[in-house]
Amino acid sequence: MLERGYGVMRGLRLRGAFAILLAAVLAVGIAACGSSSDTTGGTDTSASSSDSDNLIQSNPDNGKTTLTIGSKNFTEEYILGEIYAQGLEAAGYNVKTKLNLGSEQIALKAIKDGQISGYPEYTSTALGSLYGVPADQIPANAEEAYAQAKAKLAKDDVTAFSPTPFADSNAVGLLTSTAEKNNLTDISDLKGVSQDMVLAGSPECRERIDCLVGLEKNYGLQFKKFTPVDIGLRYTVLDKGDADLSIVFTSDAQLANSEKYTVLKDDKELIPSGNVIFIASKKVAEDAGPDFRDTIEQVQGNLTLPVIRELNSRVDIDKEKPADVAHDYLQQSGYIK
Amino acid sequence: MIVLASIIDSFTGAFDFIFHSREAVTGGGVPVGGPAYIWPFARTQLEVTAVALGGALAVGMPIGLILGHIGKGEFLAVGFGNAGRAVPEIAVIFLLASLIGIGLGNVAIALGILGLPPVLTNTYVAMRQVDPTAVQAARGMGMRSWQVILRVELPLAAPTIMAGVRTAAINIFATATVASFVGLSTLGDFVTQPAVYGNDGVVAGAIVIAVLAGLIEAALAGVQWLVTPRGLKLARASRSA
Repeated sequence: MLERGYGVMRGLRLRGAFAILLAAVLAVGIAACGSSSDTTGGTDTSASSSDSDNLIQSNPDNGKTTLTIGSKNFTEEYILGEIYAQGLEAAGYNVKTKLNLGSEQIALKAIKDGQISGYPEYTSTALGSLYGVPADQIPANAEEAYAQAKAKLAKDDVTAFSPTPFADSNAVGLLTSTAEKNNLTDISDLKGVSQDMVLAGSPECRERIDCLVGLEKNYGLQFKKFTPVDIGLRYTVLDKGDADLSIVFTSDAQLANSEKYTVLKDDKELIPSGNVIFIASKKVAEDAGPDFRDTIEQVQGNLTLPVIRELNSRVDIDKEKPADVAHDYLQQSGYIK
Repeated sequence: MIVLASIIDSFTGAFDFIFHSREAVTGGGVPVGGPAYIWPFARTQLEVTAVALGGALAVGMPIGLILGHIGKGEFLAVGFGNAGRAVPEIAVIFLLASLIGIGLGNVAIALGILGLPPVLTNTYVAMRQVDPTAVQAARGMGMRSWQVILRVELPLAAPTIMAGVRTAAINIFATATVASFVGLSTLGDFVTQPAVYGNDGVVAGAIVIAVLAGLIEAALAGVQWLVTPRGLKLARASRSA
């Protein structure tokens, strides 16, 4: 306690304090310097001749039509946007790109406003996010999901082309060592072991019927704990041992050529199907002629899960440019020379 | 008018979310909302705030007291403190996630770093602005250094130190919303997950965070009043009179 004698003070000398604070001005500049490596594409002479019947033929009539291909702003969308754009260019169209649309809402509006001709969208996202279909009513079956999305989009005068072979869906991922130790291949196999396992997923997973809630209800599983994490950490939590199971995406770059991680099969079809459909304004699709649809459905023909994982990994992990990766894919598939 | 109406609308929905349970936007009959649902999230946020603030005090106050007492290290206390404010919190949290993993430890360290600058800087400045005649008088009475710090300087510096603690507490509590991304379910869940909780949940989360921040501020203001020596209060009262 303060002694009586010190009681009367002259108060705080605030001006001095401010002088000190003002005098200390320190700027910390944190510059994120990403060095972009310029790969000199086009020198690859290994184009195979056997695929020559796949080659996209340039139609001079298409030169009159200008198409603007959009995409959302993440790796897989950039690559898909480039694949479609370069394919359509090979078919003779005048192609522009707008490959950084922030969200599906923005992208759909851009189609309606005529700012873009079309962009690649996921069936599950189209149904859930654009049309508010509850997660438990989005089909896990790819064909059904496509049919539903196509019907919804048609009401908005938007045409949906055929889905890609691959589906980018949520999945339960884990270290292969954990899977082998517990003999796990399907999600159902988790019964009896999951109560000792920590599941990590994005915060919204906890209340989603197509995520934690569905795993508990439909599969009858119990987990030791659910840990919410940012999707950027979905593999980190497995690597650090913070979680035994993690919600991942089936087309993740980390799953390309890697024995490290395993994805469990959704044997009860809980998780909505996420095949990609190219969606375009109905009017643009009609005006552009049959080559528009044909080219798009042709160039996505080889996009199986291993292929898209590899393409994602070349951009995400090897830091190649989406345009170069798309070009290589089209060339190796024999669609362009 | 339309804007006003939509603002009133979103507040009505938010209060409904706070007080009543409802089905999640994602369906499946999953109940969300209501006090019993929200409380565990708020408790986690309060807990992590307490741990982080405790850490910031345990590290920042002793350094500030000693540097302030000897009157050296202004660059460290003020400059370093101010530089600390420029550290992007989310980057620290994600960096720590890959270094030490996720969870309470990660978040408490990251938020402690956030709380350190105001505690350190205010403690240092508070010590420096203690009336030197009081310190000299204490020395003259034969007090040792630690006695001067604890019995003279600290009480006189307490109000300014507490102002720093209040700033740190509010910064930490508000930023603890990002803990949702590294393993702790805080009120940030509601703010960042409109897909599940809807816009009502987003606004409701913001309201609950703001109300709790206000309560923390009020409680610490009370503590500040309690630790202010009677002499300082009298001196202020006589000055303003």
